[in-house]
Amino acid sequence: MLHIKSLLPRKSLFPKAVALDVVQGRLIEKRRVALVQRDSISGRALVTVVAIMTFLATLSAGAAFLVAQASDGWQHQVSREMTIQVRPSEGRSLDKDAAAAAALASATKGIASVRIVSKAESERLLQPWLGSGLNFDDLPIPRMIILKLGVGPAPDLRALNAALAKSVPNAALDDHRLWLQRLDTMAGTMETGAALVFVLVLVATALAVGFATRGAMAGNRDIIDVLHFVGATDGYIAREFQGHFLRLGATGAASGATLAVLIYAAAGLFEHFAMATAGGDQLRALFGSFSIGGRGYGVIVMIALGIALLTAFMSRSVVIRHLRGLY
Amino acid sequence: MVRFENVSLSYDGEHATLRDVNFAIEQHSFQFLTGPSGAGKTSLLRLMLMALKPTSGHVSVFGSRVETLSKPQLTAARRRIGVVFQDFRLLDHLTVYDNVALPLRVLGQPESKYGPEVIELLQWVGLGDRMRVLPAVLSGGEKQRTAIARALIGRPELLLADEPTGNVDPTLARRLLRLFAELHRSGTSVVIATHDLGLMEQFAGAKRLVLADGRLHVFEPHS
Repeated sequence: MLHIKSLLPRKSLFPKAVALDVVQGRLIEKRRVALVQRDSISGRALVTVVAIMTFLATLSAGAAFLVAQASDGWQHQVSREMTIQVRPSEGRSLDKDAAAAAALASATKGIASVRIVSKAESERLLQPWLGSGLNFDDLPIPRMIILKLGVGPAPDLRALNAALAKSVPNAALDDHRLWLQRLDTMAGTMETGAALVFVLVLVATALAVGFATRGAMAGNRDIIDVLHFVGATDGYIAREFQGHFLRLGATGAASGATLAVLIYAAAGLFEHFAMATAGGDQLRALFGSFSIGGRGYGVIVMIALGIALLTAFMSRSVVIRHLRGLY
Repeated sequence: MVRFENVSLSYDGEHATLRDVNFAIEQHSFQFLTGPSGAGKTSLLRLMLMALKPTSGHVSVFGSRVETLSKPQLTAARRRIGVVFQDFRLLDHLTVYDNVALPLRVLGQPESKYGPEVIELLQWVGLGDRMRVLPAVLSGGEKQRTAIARALIGRPELLLADEPTGNVDPTLARRLLRLFAELHRSGTSVVIATHDLGLMEQFAGAKRLVLADGRLHVFEPHS
């Protein structure tokens, strides 16, 4: 086997000590240099694209998360409350019927509290719509009974309905099932939509990375040729490109995720400061909380990691496919 | 070591760059590949390097027909060949040191192992003080020497050099030729593509492969 030393003149022009000094000094310990150039216009553009995509992915995932959270809150609130409506009926006392219905409800297991909305309270509630100075005794205003459910097993609503039909035929139990179904459908649609946007963003990211990788392959054709000629395997070349794109993807994903975290944190702060105001209460009632909590921030970090890995995987598969086509 | 059997090559399917080429490169041999510009010298070297497929005929390298080799086998075969390109093919963003170390780096060797060899070789080709610079600041001759050092660092069994002395001064050209001669004596087969008649005169004992009109004519040393 040939050894370089055998090629040297007997009296080396360069003292060995110099070479050893250099070896044991900077060169041996210097940083490993990337074979694929790091800084390029296309690289910076890809970082920007990945940052935007990560931001959009976290927004869509966050939207799904907030909708699910708000929907759970609404459903929990609505499903823990029911009402009995007692309509005025010819020859029957509305007060007695309301009391009888309330007694039946109170006797039902699973109902924690029963409150009859008084006549005066009902009139006060109707006043904004019907105006003042009206004699409410002339109007057939039904009496409402509000039932709060306990935390234990659900009450037997069929039995309560049957008992009401028998004793107070002019009473009707409303368990808000229709509202619950509509809320469930609406929340499900919004969550599906957000999930679809999330998937589309991931697909768009993968395609952008694929195009960028092909561009990088074309731009680094000479490097690939030289690596082939000096005996690099396809796996080695693919790893170099994968490492390059992992770095770009991680930088872009971290930037996008940081922006998303800042936006959610700002929305949470806004909500916190607007909590006592009327507008804040209405926003909270309509959209629920803007705070995504520790779990939400954890999801953002996971999305950023996932997108960085997706970038590396996509670039590797494109490079491997390209190299297979070469001789 | 390398055998061409009825090899033809055409890039466009109409005009043949090489026609019915037959020759063999034996172990421990030294030959010049010469011919006018555009005769196909670089194409012939690329076929030996397994960077091109012949349009017809067979190329065998290290005893195996190239078309039967798998990708890993092709890679393994290329590792036994050192190549000096006419246009150097240095990686512009790597220093001279990193360019020369490349063949050992892709083998997965640690820098602590190959570093001393790279430095020793760079010093020998006169680039000991240029190790940390990028190719962009090198002269043509320095680039040439870097490319030669990169081809030699893997201790190849076969060295293919395309116009290796085209950009160096006569003194360095003689030194490089001494290096090629040393390599040849130590067992490496050497193929040098060149126009330089003076260079060929210095190695009168070398076989000459002359390309003309796509055909190869072999002149043994005694002829």
